[in-house]
Amino acid sequence: MAYSEKVMEHYTNPRNVGTLNKDSKSVGTGLVGAPECGDVMRLQIEVNDENVITDAKFKTFGCGSAIASSSLATEWLKGKTIDEALTIDNMDIVEELALPPVKIHCSVLAEDAIKSAINDYRVKNGLEALELEKSHH
Amino acid sequence: MELPIYLDNNATTPLDPRVLEAMLPYFTSKFGNAASRNHAFGWVAEEAVDYAREEVAKLIGCTEKEIIFTSGATEADNLGIKGVYEMYAEKGNHIITATTEHKAVLDTCKHLEKQGAKVTYLTVKEDGLIDLAELEAAMTPQTILVTIMYGNNEIGVLQPIKEISAIAHKHGALFMTDATQAVGKVPVDVNADGIDLLAFSAHKMYGPKGVGALYVRRKNPRVKVTSQMDGGGHERGMRSGTLNVPGIVGFGKACQLCREEMESEAKRLSALRDKLETALLQLEESYVNGNREHRLPHVANISFKYVEGEGLMMAMKDLAVSSGSACTSASLEPSYVLKSLGLSDDLAHSSIRFGLGRFTTEEEVDYAIENTKKAVNHLRNLSPLWEMFKDGIDLSKIEWAEH
Repeated sequence: MAYSEKVMEHYTNPRNVGTLNKDSKSVGTGLVGAPECGDVMRLQIEVNDENVITDAKFKTFGCGSAIASSSLATEWLKGKTIDEALTIDNMDIVEELALPPVKIHCSVLAEDAIKSAINDYRVKNGLEALELEKSHH
Repeated sequence: MELPIYLDNNATTPLDPRVLEAMLPYFTSKFGNAASRNHAFGWVAEEAVDYAREEVAKLIGCTEKEIIFTSGATEADNLGIKGVYEMYAEKGNHIITATTEHKAVLDTCKHLEKQGAKVTYLTVKEDGLIDLAELEAAMTPQTILVTIMYGNNEIGVLQPIKEISAIAHKHGALFMTDATQAVGKVPVDVNADGIDLLAFSAHKMYGPKGVGALYVRRKNPRVKVTSQMDGGGHERGMRSGTLNVPGIVGFGKACQLCREEMESEAKRLSALRDKLETALLQLEESYVNGNREHRLPHVANISFKYVEGEGLMMAMKDLAVSSGSACTSASLEPSYVLKSLGLSDDLAHSSIRFGLGRFTTEEEVDYAIENTKKAVNHLRNLSPLWEMFKDGIDLSKIEWAEH
């Protein structure tokens, strides 16, 4: 199966690879997936007092589409408010990266990672965790 | 050096130009049907098939009457297993095989289970070899066939064929082997090895695709299989269908070349393979899968922990290799062969198979080493698991979200 140009581009030059201080109150961390399933994503956001995401970083163990999905997600997150970030849908990632049907689960994982990072941030700051739709992939 | 470099010779091999040259006339001027007995076109084709049959037989130490040409090893596996099951139904219905066999064997056995066969799937030890004591214990008076592959397609381990066939024969069962990966690469002799049926194919040994053979022993004992393809009674009634004359000619030539060059090729390839393996094992947390002593000379299967195989292959875009990982929603399951060795799923997902071949050069191996090292390091820089490992976090203690 050939990868789309956009997947190749993100894979070759991944954006925002790295690690934020997970113990900081302004940082939310989402760790989703499992090694035995062949993909694990860690996505982190740094949020300022206005609820704006000022930085986002990722590291991903997985195939090229999983790496590209998480790289794209960090690009989209920067500058968005938390509420805006919650509206990112996995199908937006599918469309942007032209993922084939067998790779849709990579985009679902990226959406899960975003929501999981936001929840981590909320809980750290005394807010309730949001009820997340159970993904089924 | 041309890119990309082909290092997937266990999937298929390029056709040797000498084989192509031998085949070409049989597509055009010598196009006859080998079964046409009443004119020169048929005689020429038949003679070519006879000559090829001798060459094929010589490579595995049998007589030409014991070779049944098929469309490939999958068909030969089907014919051997189903043919024996049907032919020896009165004697028993038990078949013994192993969990690391090719799907052509496993799925054929599953098919027969639906028809009433009892099948024992032997597990393998962590080096990929079967346990002879377990085989012995699995034998029953109803066992009609033991079918164990010669060399494994994913990890290259060579099973103790002589010992296995001796156990099968002691209990009155036939012994069959899928030797697709081994024939032409290591010496295979049906008499010395005690083999009653053997399946193999041309395209794994620099011959064309679409042609293979089943060896069926004719003496001590005389083995019979029921045909699975009915029609004109070709191949002594065991496999009907007009013979693929150019393919068979190519198969014969490929076998001749393997017979003449196997010894020196095996030495050259195992030296190159060892060079590749030694260099890649210098990477931290990398492991060879399968027994390193009893194996084919041209295969290395290596797991690079904390990187995912499919992602890794993308970074090795100048190398054509294969991975034990299958990252698709249809199949999140990693290689069943690697899992049979007891490898954890994450290590199975991290594996790459390098398959060297007749046309692999040392320059290409050197390039592959550098390319692979770079790719593994690139992916590890992206890997949260690698970072956790480096931070001393025990990954097995983390509660991973099911998905």
